[in-house]
Formats: sequence, C-alpha cells, structure tokens
Amino acid sequence: MFAVGVSAANGAPAVKPPPNEDCLSCHGDKDAKRADGRSLFVAQEKFASSVHGQAGLACVDCHASLAASTEFPHAEKLPPAQCASCHADIVSDYGKSVHAEARRQNGASVAATCSDCHGMHDIQPAKDPASRTYALNVPATCARCHGNPDVIRKGHIKIGNVAALYEDSIHGRAVLKSGLVTAPNCKTCHGMHDIRRSSDPAARVFRGNVPSTCGSCHQGIARLYDEGIHGTLFRNGDKRTPVCTDCHTAHHIRQADVEAWRLDAVKECGNCHAESVESFRDTYHGQVTNLGFARIATCSDCHRAHDIHPASDSRSTVSPAGRVATCQKCHPDTGEKFARYDPHPNPKERARNPLLFYASIFMKWLLVGVMAFFGLHTVLWFPRSWRARREGNGAEPPPREGEKR
Amino acid sequence: MTSDARPLERYIARFDPFDRFLHFLLMVTFLGLALTGLPLLFSTHAWAAVLARLLGGFQGAGLLHRVFAFGMLACFGMHLARLAYRLVVRKDWGILWGPHSMVPQPRDIVQIAQNFRWFMGRGPRPKFDRYAYWEKFDYWAVFWGMGIIGGSGLVLWFPKFFARFIPGTAFNLALLIHGEEALLAVCFIFTIHFFNSHLRPEKFPVDKVIFTGVVPEEELRHERPAEYERIAASGRLERLASPPPTSATLIWTRISTVLAVALGLLLVFLTIRALLG
Repeated sequence: MFAVGVSAANGAPAVKPPPNEDCLSCHGDKDAKRADGRSLFVAQEKFASSVHGQAGLACVDCHASLAASTEFPHAEKLPPAQCASCHADIVSDYGKSVHAEARRQNGASVAATCSDCHGMHDIQPAKDPASRTYALNVPATCARCHGNPDVIRKGHIKIGNVAALYEDSIHGRAVLKSGLVTAPNCKTCHGMHDIRRSSDPAARVFRGNVPSTCGSCHQGIARLYDEGIHGTLFRNGDKRTPVCTDCHTAHHIRQADVEAWRLDAVKECGNCHAESVESFRDTYHGQVTNLGFARIATCSDCHRAHDIHPASDSRSTVSPAGRVATCQKCHPDTGEKFARYDPHPNPKERARNPLLFYASIFMKWLLVGVMAFFGLHTVLWFPRSWRARREGNGAEPPPREGEKR
Repeated sequence: MTSDARPLERYIARFDPFDRFLHFLLMVTFLGLALTGLPLLFSTHAWAAVLARLLGGFQGAGLLHRVFAFGMLACFGMHLARLAYRLVVRKDWGILWGPHSMVPQPRDIVQIAQNFRWFMGRGPRPKFDRYAYWEKFDYWAVFWGMGIIGGSGLVLWFPKFFARFIPGTAFNLALLIHGEEALLAVCFIFTIHFFNSHLRPEKFPVDKVIFTGVVPEEELRHERPAEYERIAASGRLERLASPPPTSATLIWTRISTVLAVALGLLLVFLTIRALLG
C-alpha cells in the first residue's frame, strides 16, 4: 500500500515516505515503550477520527523529519511536529504571543505551544463540542495552566489563578454553568494564537483597547460610555480616566446589582474622586454603605454608571434640571425643595453651606466645653469623695428631727 | 425619743412612681437609641458593621431606633403634660422657682464655687437641697437634647413631609446636629451622669433612689442637708417616711441597673475608642 496524502512541498523526495501502517507496526503496540519506560503508543482510532485523520494526513506530514528516513526504528529524540508546514499563518501569529515569547526567552518554559491547547493526535475542529478549543471548553483548556498553581509558579504568571476568578465571574458562570456559547470565554477577549501581554499596545486587552474589546459585545454600553465624560476623556488620551476593567475588573466581573460589587464600586470611584467619596461617606447614604449595605444610593445611582456627565451638562442626572427626577427614583413624591439636599456636604467648607459650617463648630465646642468642665469636676470630686468616706465631708449635717425639739 | 431608739432603717420618699417610671423609660429608650444609632455615627469602624448586622441590618436597626425614639418622645410628652398639670391645675408655682424647682438659681452658682472649694479641701460641702446643680444640668441637658435630637430626628424620619416647608439642605444640618448632639449625650450620660449619680464612692455601684423612690433618712440628712432641714421644719418628715424597699424591688433594681451601666460603659468605650482612633 502506498497511500500518499498531502505530501511535503520540498521537492521530489529521494525516498518514498513510509506509510502510516509502517509507523503503527511499532506505535500501534500498547506495550511498546521508550528506553525511559514511557509508552510510545498512538491510538489509531483516535487519530482516525481526528481532523487530521479525517483529512487523510500521513504521520510523516507532521513528523516531517521522518519522511526521508530509511533507518527504522528511528532515533528517540525527534524535532517537534511541524504544524507550520500547513498552518504557517497561525504559527506566525503564535510567534507574536506571550506564550511564544516566554519560550523564546527560556527553552524550558512551561508556556503553551500548539499541542497544549489543541492536543496531539486527537485534534478536533473548534466547532466540535468534544474539542479542547470549543467555546464552552476553552476556559477549562486555559485553566490547565492558568488554574494550576504549579504552572503559575514556574511560569511566573503575575496575575495568579485567573481561572478561578473567571469561573466565579458573570462571564464564567454564563459559559460554564449556563452553557452559553455566545458568552465570552478567554479567547473572546484575549484572542487565540496571538495572545499578547496587556502592556503590549497591540493586545486586545491593552488599556487603550479595552473599551473597544468590551464594546464588541456590549455595544449599547460602549456608546453610552463613549458619550459620557469618562469616554470623552479616554478619547482625548487622558490616562487617568477609567476604562471598563477599572470598575468591573478584568476577570472577576460580577453582576452589577450584587451588594459586594456595589460597595467596591464606591471605592473605585474614590480612587480619583476621593473628596467626593469622603463627603458622601458622612451622609446617611454613605453611612449605610460604610456598614456594608448597598440597598441605598451609591455613586452610580445618582451619577449613572456609563453615561456620566458633569453637573454643568444638561444631560447630567445631577444637573440642576435633572436632579429632582434623580432623587425621585428612590424618594417618590418629592420635589425641588427636597432635591436641594446636598449629597456631598462638607462642614469644613464655609462657602458650600455656612449654616452647616457654623453648626459643626458650635457642636464641637459644646462637646469639648461640657466634657472639659464636667471632666475636671469629676476628676476633683472622686478623690475628695474617697477621703470623705472616712473623714466626713467637712460639713455638719443638720440635727435629726428628734434632736431638734 | 432619742436618736438611738429610732429604727435605723427609716426611709424617706423622694420620687413618686411616675417620676421613677419616666426615668426608667428614659433609661431604656436612651440605651436603645444609643445602641441602634452609634453604628451609623461610627460606620467606618469594624464593630459598627458587626453591631448593625446583629441589629438586623440598617433596616432592622433603623426600625428599632424609631421604636425607641417614639418611646423617648412619649416620655418627654408625659413629663411636659405633668408639668402643665402641676402648673395649671395644682398651681404649684414652686416648680418654677425655689428649693424644689429645676430652674437654675443664684444659689446654684454659689454652690458650684463652694463645691469646688470642698473638692480642694478648702471648705465644707455645700448644703444641697432637693436638686443639686449637676442634677439640674443633667435635667436641662436632656431637655435641650430632646429638642435638638428629637427635632432633628423627626426631620430625618419624615423628610418628605418636612421638605414641604424647608429646603433639602436642612437634612444635612439635621443629620449633623443629630449625630453631634447624640455623641455629646452618650459621652455625658455614660461617664459624667454615671459618676455623679451612681458610680462615685458614696453611691457606688448605683444610687437606688430613682429606682426604689426612697432614700435612707441618714443619707438624706448627709447628702441633702437643706432639703432635710426644710422637710423637717415643715413637719412633713413623718408624712414622707416610708418602709424600706422590698427585696423584690431591690433585686429588680440591681438587675436593671447592672445591665444598664454595663451596656452604657461598653457603648462609651466604643465611642471614645472610635473618637481617638
């Protein structure tokens, strides 16, 4: 039998390449072992049902160094299977990835190569639900390294066990629990073969590209963000302005109405708007939030989350015109007078609210005055009383009633 | 009849059941309000979050706070009604001025000075009458606090109603003075009032008179010489003479005061630590 599938393109071979049957005469033996005791068995039926087997590829199409070999059994150490001989573009993409970079820097690196994600003899097309690269299986495939403490340590992966964060995220739950193929898995944001570091401006997860990466699914939100003050600043190249991941995190994205997330979001706003968050924390809204309850107004309830506009902008929910409707979201049947409430009071700022400023000073001094006077009173009284219990209090009590008469 | 023949345990009635009830109600509602309000005031401290959870979250603590607030305002209302009754019906003008009035009088200023002299060992203890100056201060502090904390509390309780008359910035003011005045009340009651009325060596651990209503005659003679003389001179001593408090009353007093003092000291400890930390 001389089955020839896709032959190597390097001119006319001097030697007829060995057919798969020849290879299987050794590799089909379940008990055949290498010198170090590892099995050299290749499951014929697995290869036959793989995408390469279905296409009729010969073993030597990938293990190309053996195509011209006449010495069998061949040497134990062979060059790796040559994916590039067919998948040249993809392998060139891979060459730009963080995985390839790590391997270039350190030959013994644990960073992924083709077979780590795709498998070897049993490679299935990504559309096949049994494939490692099928949408619902991608998180588990990446987690083999990115959820493995050993690999994380050896590979110096700074972000740590990112698989666990993803698994607990709204995206992870949608994929892993609800089986939604349209929900984002790792490759939706990171790409596939050319996965780059987030510090690489060409990466889809580079800070400057995050809004468009997230926006590729969240189109409606991206438009609101774009129109808002943060999106405007982002377009103008302001490096301080938040992008999606600053508030939502990259991997541990939670549902927006979860209490813990709502509380964290306040802190996030405070990273830039420290003064506003501090004055918020002194209000009833803020106090309840501080105690760990979020069923009360936090930043985004008044300012909105994505289409935030400065108060001077008529589109703003906190503009003089929009304020009443904003308060009414939680306080129905209230009006303009109610909405004059200051959600960010600062008693130290006289111009903002003089009455509050002076009331605060008065209350402070009242406290200090009363406690100082009676504190001194008590400090003097105590030792005197202590002595008086033995020595009497120095004053003659009035005579008893009976003694008077 | 000589003094030696007199039974040692003669007691004199000092507070009637209504006054004792009001003090008890005030004590319970004040402790309740402090317990349910302090978590908000010190919301950034870890203990505040724990306490708020224990009280049923901010909704639970808020509901309890309003229940206690209602109790305290009822207490204030009953006291005012009784004052009005004594003035209008009984024509008891003595509550406005004189030895058994709560109104500060020149004598109180003199006694403050005399008492400080006594503290330093430079004179005898002043002859206090029914209400000493520190008791008057307690009384008027609570009176003022009722107005300030109660008023601002009502504004915060019914914002929709009050916003019909006052602008929203009044809520900012109300929250500030509600918290600051409450802080003063907590600091004062749980340290100064506790010491002046209960914890000082003569009374330690507690002055039972506001709970039992009666005071041993000897104690009254030493602590309130002016009042004792006045009562004796008017011949009312026999009429005010009471049997000693029953053991049931004493047990009840002991339990409630130990709990109240313990809770008060815990709250003021947390407050002072939060203020310093």
